[in-house]
Amino acid sequence: MPKPDSLQGSLDLLVLKILSRRPRLHGYAIMSAIEGMSAEVLRVEEGSLYPALHRMEEAGWIRAEWIVKDTGRRARIYELTAGGKRQLAAEESRWEAVTSAVNRVLRMA
Amino acid sequence: MSLWSRIANVLRGDGLSREIDEELGSHIEEAIERGRDPAEARRAFGSALQRREESRDIRLVPWLDSLRADAVFGWRQIMKRKATSAAAILSLALAIGSCTSAFRLIDALLLRPLPVANPERLYVVAFEDRGPDGKTQVYDSCSYPMFRQMRAVARGQAELIAVSYAERSDLTYGSDLEMEKAYRQFVSGWMFGAFGLRPAAGRMLTENDDDKPGASPYAVLSYEYWTRRFGQNRNVIGRTFQMGDTHFEIAGVAPESFTGTETGTVTDIFLPMAMKNPRTLASPNNFWLRTLVQLKAGIAAEPVHQMLSATYHAAEEERVKSFTAIERRRDQARQEKFLLEPAGSGRSNLQRYYRSALTALGILVALVLLIACANVANLMTAQAAARAREMALRISIGATRWRLTQLVLMESIWLAFIATAIGGLFAWWAAPFIIGMIDSPDNPARLVLPADWRVLGFGLALALGVTFVLGLGPALRASAVRPASVLKGGEDPHSRRRLMHALIAVQIAFCFVVHFAAGLFSTTFDRLSHQPTGFSAGRILNLETLPQRPQLPVYWQQVLDHLRAVPGVEKAALTVWPLMSGESAVGDISINGGAPSEVYADFLNVSPGWMDTMRIPFLGGRDFVASDANPAVAIVNQSFAKQYFDGESPIGKWFERAGPGDARSRFQVVGFVRDARSRDDMRRPIRPTAYVPFQSYVPSQSIGAKGAFMPMSRGTFVVRTSSANPLALASILRREVPNARAEFRVTNVRTQTEIDQAHTVRERLLAMLGVFFAGIALLLAGVGLYGVLDYSVLLRRKEIGIRMAIGAQAGGIARLVAVDVLSMVAAGALGGVVLGLASARYIESLFFQVKATDPAMLAIPSLTIVAAALLAALPAVIHAVRIDPVSMLRLE
Repeated sequence: MPKPDSLQGSLDLLVLKILSRRPRLHGYAIMSAIEGMSAEVLRVEEGSLYPALHRMEEAGWIRAEWIVKDTGRRARIYELTAGGKRQLAAEESRWEAVTSAVNRVLRMA
Repeated sequence: MSLWSRIANVLRGDGLSREIDEELGSHIEEAIERGRDPAEARRAFGSALQRREESRDIRLVPWLDSLRADAVFGWRQIMKRKATSAAAILSLALAIGSCTSAFRLIDALLLRPLPVANPERLYVVAFEDRGPDGKTQVYDSCSYPMFRQMRAVARGQAELIAVSYAERSDLTYGSDLEMEKAYRQFVSGWMFGAFGLRPAAGRMLTENDDDKPGASPYAVLSYEYWTRRFGQNRNVIGRTFQMGDTHFEIAGVAPESFTGTETGTVTDIFLPMAMKNPRTLASPNNFWLRTLVQLKAGIAAEPVHQMLSATYHAAEEERVKSFTAIERRRDQARQEKFLLEPAGSGRSNLQRYYRSALTALGILVALVLLIACANVANLMTAQAAARAREMALRISIGATRWRLTQLVLMESIWLAFIATAIGGLFAWWAAPFIIGMIDSPDNPARLVLPADWRVLGFGLALALGVTFVLGLGPALRASAVRPASVLKGGEDPHSRRRLMHALIAVQIAFCFVVHFAAGLFSTTFDRLSHQPTGFSAGRILNLETLPQRPQLPVYWQQVLDHLRAVPGVEKAALTVWPLMSGESAVGDISINGGAPSEVYADFLNVSPGWMDTMRIPFLGGRDFVASDANPAVAIVNQSFAKQYFDGESPIGKWFERAGPGDARSRFQVVGFVRDARSRDDMRRPIRPTAYVPFQSYVPSQSIGAKGAFMPMSRGTFVVRTSSANPLALASILRREVPNARAEFRVTNVRTQTEIDQAHTVRERLLAMLGVFFAGIALLLAGVGLYGVLDYSVLLRRKEIGIRMAIGAQAGGIARLVAVDVLSMVAAGALGGVVLGLASARYIESLFFQVKATDPAMLAIPSLTIVAAALLAALPAVIHAVRIDPVSMLRLE
């Protein structure tokens, strides 16, 4: 049984958004970016990040490339594709719809 | 795009794993670099192996990947046991190759549709009647007037197309000295249009070319002939050639795929029907063509059949009116049935002659294939048993049943496909080889044998079929393993043995059938080839000769005299055609001025000395002399004396031969000779034969009137050479004939031995291949039996050790080991007898002087198989008896 995703299915959206702002990041940097920007509120479960990245890569939203870092070690970095940009827009509007709906419920209840 | 990358990732499975591992590893290192505690970072990351598997399944096609893994594993299994695998693959390859060869031949000759528009709507007119021996015979020759009547009646519902029998004829593109041979076929001009054939060059014949007899001397070449003879030169359009007395102009070239309607013969030159000689075209009594019926779209065959049948019978009734009383009586006895047979695959005598033979061979090779499959299936069952623990382990760690089935099946797929590939190569060589065997130099069988999707499809279907026959049983058994019972020490060992024993019985039964058929075929061949011919064929050379125009007998005699003087010629004589060449002339016989006989006699014109040359001994009377002529004197054979003179000596007696109208020619018998075979059908008794002098008077109405001699348009010089190989003299004699007289030309040179052997080609083919396959079947079944017995001794060695320890005798042990299997052999042989007897009825027409129920025919294969079975059982029994109980029990 996979552990419940603490981000409730929004991992894709976050990864795509991060990559749209700062292209060419490796997995650890994406994770750090999500945690840093959310002021440590959102924590990415480290292991499940990679299957998600690979799934998006196979879906054609992101593309990967091996580079050699300054330290001499190899790292696999990711950037958004055109399909990824479209997907990001779709995910964002879906997220807007869901959060505003949830907010409406919270206000009215 | 994404699917492709996932399929590509399957192919670099290990590389993919490494890449994922490296990426995950760089994550941990990054974390440590950022100052996290290594142990904490690893704990936070979770199981790297599980993450890797998750990512792998995302980045490739999981089922394809498991298939790949199983394929690799199966390949390793095969490579681990190189010798066994090679034996399995080779036996399968031989069987598959034989099956594919048989399929190529059967497909090319009997199944492949003609490359014409709507071949499924193509039929041929045929007739069935009961011969004098009560057997039904089917033939398909029609006369041209009959064809025209039928065509007129069917107009609107079907197009009728006349095609003559393809014949090898002489023609020349230059002078008479440069004669060559080609297959020519007269066809209705509209055939090309009706078949939807487009010319490769020039134009096709049309209905206009078939309007008026003799008006349209145009010819269409086949593509193959155009290529072979002219190197596809387009300038040949408009060129002329001479065939017979007529000059033809080449009008065009047929498309590449179309080789004529006579499957087994590639027609070289198509000529319009109207160019056949006018007498033949007009004659209602000359049957020289086939009638093809092409139904129009949406028209059913049966009404057309009825309509044509009615037309045919009405026309026949009309024709019979011109018959003499005796001819009418003969005709009425025939009771013909009019048939419309499908001809979508063309129509030829080769098809008719080889249909049942090829089908029988096809079934034999299929049985051999099944025997080979049973062997490999037994091998795999034994291996599956040895791998039961491995399977149990796999199930324990969560493999599904389907996954295990796939794992074991993959191995059979490897075996089947490697064997099919090797077998395909074998078939590539073997099918033309067999065509070569049924070839005769004078009448080459040319069968188009393309290796196209039909053959490929058959090969694939065969490979898949073999895979499932081999693998499915063992695979399902292996995957049905119950881990608990295996880990406890084994399941019921007998269930597996029962399967193997049943397969042994089936193998033996099939092996018996193959042996039984092979025995029948080789006995048939033996009996047929030892049929007495009554003459001596050794060192005889036949020079079939055509002069430019008919020549008087005296000139023929001059050439003969010239040949007799050639060194190396022992004897020489003259006749019309060689004995047993398939040509014959018949005549009515009336004795003492009585009514003509019901039974015809064969007539053959021969010169003085012909009997001596052919070594046909005289029983009485004398040979012809130079002054004898036809009619007046005759030499008759024993059958003739028996048929017409009640077996009395015929010397000095008279008989008459009915000529045209009421004319009769009268013959006095001057010689009496032993029977010699003149016809080409070896299965029939030798016919009553009257030999008459080569030189004939011009037929005259008055009996005995001696007029001028008739010029002869053909003849055959029969030469007995003094050297053992008559062909050594062939080219010299071929040159000497025109040297003697320039108008004479040899069209064909054949040894008598070659002509004789041509009549047993089919039987020789069946006998040779039958014995070959019987050998293979016996070898395979023997190896299979040996393997199963050896395996069962291996399984029971513990039991045998205990039995020996408590005092069992060697004989008892041997019985214990062998009795099951040998009873299976007995059961299999019994099944084989039943199967063999039941199936022999369908191929009875191929046998000669031998019956399936002949005890010897059943006994020989039974004994062979039992002997082979005993031999195969011996090593395992010796092995069992030699088991040392002490060491066996210590092993446990």
